[in-house]
Amino acid sequence: MAKLTMVQAINQGLKVAMESNPDVVVLGEDVGRDGGVFRATEGLLDLFGNERVVDTPLSESGILGTSIGMAVYGLRPVPEIQFMGFLYPAFDQLVSQAARIRTRSTSRFTCPITLRVPYGGNVKSPELHSDSLESLIAHSPGVKIVTPSNPYDAKGLLLAAISDPDPVVFAEPLRLYRSIREEVPEGWYQIELGKAKVAREGSDVTVISWGSLLPTCLRAAELANEEGTSVEVIDLRTVSPIDAETILRSVVKTHRAVVVHEAPKSAGLGAEVAAILAEEAILDLEAPVSRVTGYDTPFPLPVVERSYVPSDRRVLEAIRACIKF
Amino acid sequence: MVAKSRSTTKDASARYSPVQILNSEGELTGPSPVIKDEQLVRTLKLMIIGRSFDQRALSLQRQGRIGTYAPISGQEAVQVVSSLCLSDDEWMFPTYRDYAAMYVHGMPLRDLFLYPMGHPQGGRAPESVNIYAISISIATHLPHAVGAAWASKIKGEKKAFMTYHGDGATSEGDFHEAMNFAGVFQVPLVTICENNGWAISLPRERQTHSETIAQKGEAYGVAAVMVDGNDILALYKVISESLDRARAGDGPTFIEAVTYRLGPHTTADDPGRYRSQEELEEMKLKDPLVRTAKYLRGLGLLSESEEAEMWEEAKSLVGDALKEAESIAPPNPDFFFDHVYAELTPNLLKQRREFVPEEAE
Ligand SMILES: Cc1ncc(C[n+]2csc(CCOP(=O)(O)OP(=O)(O)O)c2C)c(N)n1
Repeated sequence: MAKLTMVQAINQGLKVAMESNPDVVVLGEDVGRDGGVFRATEGLLDLFGNERVVDTPLSESGILGTSIGMAVYGLRPVPEIQFMGFLYPAFDQLVSQAARIRTRSTSRFTCPITLRVPYGGNVKSPELHSDSLESLIAHSPGVKIVTPSNPYDAKGLLLAAISDPDPVVFAEPLRLYRSIREEVPEGWYQIELGKAKVAREGSDVTVISWGSLLPTCLRAAELANEEGTSVEVIDLRTVSPIDAETILRSVVKTHRAVVVHEAPKSAGLGAEVAAILAEEAILDLEAPVSRVTGYDTPFPLPVVERSYVPSDRRVLEAIRACIKF
Repeated sequence: MVAKSRSTTKDASARYSPVQILNSEGELTGPSPVIKDEQLVRTLKLMIIGRSFDQRALSLQRQGRIGTYAPISGQEAVQVVSSLCLSDDEWMFPTYRDYAAMYVHGMPLRDLFLYPMGHPQGGRAPESVNIYAISISIATHLPHAVGAAWASKIKGEKKAFMTYHGDGATSEGDFHEAMNFAGVFQVPLVTICENNGWAISLPRERQTHSETIAQKGEAYGVAAVMVDGNDILALYKVISESLDRARAGDGPTFIEAVTYRLGPHTTADDPGRYRSQEELEEMKLKDPLVRTAKYLRGLGLLSESEEAEMWEEAKSLVGDALKEAESIAPPNPDFFFDHVYAELTPNLLKQRREFVPEEAE
């Protein structure tokens, strides 16, 4: 087993998928010759040729819209959108088309697309290169959204997404592309969609997060541990459909919950988690559910982004407040 | 060459070949428009400032003093000349690569450095300078430019508007919707496609199957012209005529300016992965700075020492601007709450009260 970064694990996942299924095609801006602006598709063009690894014109709506047609006609397209902020021009195709073609045709037509898209900030990118849109997507019935927080999960979730009969947005936390290296098995393995993972076991408080902020939460949990607080960290992995069962099981045990995400607070996924807890576990709670999130503003410029993205400190403070309540 | 009526030939390249007056040797291939000597010299001077800014920005990025930067080398002629043709009271809708165009239209060099530094003052033109918010999401600004030009027409003004985009942008829906509205409503807008040969790694031939980009204007009933984008004389002629038509109420023009991106797409890009060194070397021979300088020398308007002096002046101008930019204090860390709505919402007020900035790294 080789030690891989997340971007290498994704690259390997794509190779494995393309080797085992001739219907898998990769398309997007700069995915071919350039190997993708983050190198996630590096080497695929040489291995699989330009019919299956396609540099497209600069058109997100075109990329996703034609992927829908391909998928309906039997291929397994894996389109890439260069940054999540550039998903907006394709949003109509995503939420009103990809997400609904099954409904519109009462399941005669389906579009098993895996839309890969990097997201998240704190890497000093220009405007619109740092957005986290998981809640917009989670609010669109008919499409799933998955986000890995480590190389192993990245490959397994990607292969599960490609095998899924419905459209899946595979959101890649670009801040973690190269920050973690770990053993990733060769060949095909899947991590079931819709299943969260207990990333760290604990008994006093549950921290629920996903993707880009998982390492932050784990560091905060470690700091809390030094202060004598035992933190359980849940990595949702699949943001939608959400794994309420795993969340509830944990919070019924710890009685306290902190939700952490990078996207703005209002109407974010944190509100969904809080609502699930209010509906299903209100009597188990010993403190209000707390949210540590980005602010209700567009993602700000690089000079101040460090203060926008939830930090170890902010998560730790929320944990402390929850315990003290 | 303005294609106004439908042509009988199917061959677009017969109708659209780049207007050229000054070839890459710096020799005239046709009658030059009337341009004052001082204006010619000034044009070169501004192009040299553009190039100096570019070289400095690239080295600053390597030193980590600025963030991601999209270089302009090779595209100075189209940016400088088009901007010089626009009056101060007319509006420009630029992209992330139009540093020289913005500078010439009045954006301080200091603020152009602040832009890739990620400072909120960067790229925000002073109130007196008619430059719109710099477009990053490709082609999204084109409908805005059409709308602004349309509004000006509704108000009964006689102003022209100008906007820029790359060859890649012509694949986005927004480009086509903008072009269509511009045609239908005959708005006073000049849209300049800086066809620099590449959209990151995608060559122009792979971006569109049409022979030229210019012909896309024709499809929307918009006057369309293709011009050598490294030839200042052809650019002066084509762009000033287009702007005059717009001012006179004769509708929009779409200009394909054929140029070349001599540098990487951005500082995050490695063009060695997708384009050959031979292509680059060949294109360097068409460098608009070299060509313009040759022409001016031939006219006796530029001596070697005068040219050297222009470079020295440009470098010190750029150096001073950088010093100024680096001496500007960072914004208050909570400034980003201020610009979401006219007034802070209750939510934002609360969040701002609770906001604690992170310590610097
Ligand atoms: C909607 C959107 N999609 C993708 C990108 C990422 N991106 C930035 S520049 C670029 C290529 C643009 O090429 P072109 O329009 O030819 O202009 P150039 O950069 O060459 O000046 C791409 C794909 C973006 N900024 N916006």
